Amino acid sequence: MNRVALLSVCMSVALLVYILEMVRRRRLREEYSILWLAGSLVILILSVKRDWLVWLSLAAGIAYPPTFLFLVGILFIILILVHFSIAISKLHQMNKRMAQELALLKEDLKEDASG
Amino acid sequence: MNPSDNYAPPRVLVAIPAYREGKSIGAVVASIREKFPYDVLVVNDGSPDDTSSAARRAGAKVLDLPCNLGIGGAVQTAFIFANNNGYDALVRIDGDGQHEIEDIPGVLEPILAGNADAVIGSRFLGETRYRSSIPRIFGIHFFRLLVNLFTGYRVTDPTSGFFAINRRLIEFYSSHYPSDYPEVDAYILMHRLGARTAEVPARMHARTEGKSSITTFDAMYYMVKVTLSFIINAIRRIG
Repeated sequence: MNRVALLSVCMSVALLVYILEMVRRRRLREEYSILWLAGSLVILILSVKRDWLVWLSLAAGIAYPPTFLFLVGILFIILILVHFSIAISKLHQMNKRMAQELALLKEDLKEDASG
Repeated sequence: MNPSDNYAPPRVLVAIPAYREGKSIGAVVASIREKFPYDVLVVNDGSPDDTSSAARRAGAKVLDLPCNLGIGGAVQTAFIFANNNGYDALVRIDGDGQHEIEDIPGVLEPILAGNADAVIGSRFLGETRYRSSIPRIFGIHFFRLLVNLFTGYRVTDPTSGFFAINRRLIEFYSSHYPSDYPEVDAYILMHRLGARTAEVPARMHARTEGKSSITTFDAMYYMVKVTLSFIINAIRRIG
């Protein structure tokens, strides 16, 4: 195993273990861990299975196989960020609804108290 | 339906979204209450000043949002309130005194007569000449073109925040209303609903207090955001 592969095995294992531990301690919700786990698993497999990596990078027209690892990493980061944007939009909508309901409820309470 | 329902006077809510309007809101609320028999609702969009107490003192019902939602979220709160309380029509007006109170019957009359679903007060119709800066004029022409292109509605003042809507739109807007810069976006929603819109002349005063909140960056964002949501809304399912 060359040094690039070794480095990427270490990093993906560390990430995998860290994410699993966060989920186990309920610091990270399962639905937000899936993409992280999938990403680190794919990188781990490609770092160990050198011949798969070579085959895939040749198929993608990439001359230097470790570059393909970066590509996979970047793709997962993009996916995760899009996922976050969607999650934030959902939270934004929920937050707006709750603020509106809260304002309406406060007024109802005031009315009940005065009348 | 009880036949006597037809003779009950229509219930109208005048809704004023307000953010940092403590200096002007009291006079606006008081003059509406003095001239019209309508309920006045102020939605205080998390103002740090005395907007809420000033509006209450002048006799408005006040909804205090716990945080600043932006104009669309604040106005939508008024739609939800009107929907929950069975109002027949809602007039939305600014709290800074820019809109002429005397023009309320003008936007309301076609709604109450059942001739339109939305009536928008336009600065550019009628006698009064509204003076504006060149970027603003450009923006207005751009939005006019956009609205006309995508909806077929011929509008003169697409960004006007002075309008009246009927029960049907109150109900629809209480679940679907754009978060920021909602007025132009609303045209595409109305178009998709097949709503009947009309414009009537409305006077616009110079602001009595405070400054317009729109900066150059905001204006650019406004144009990009509205253009995007026009394109998205044209391909989105609504319901």
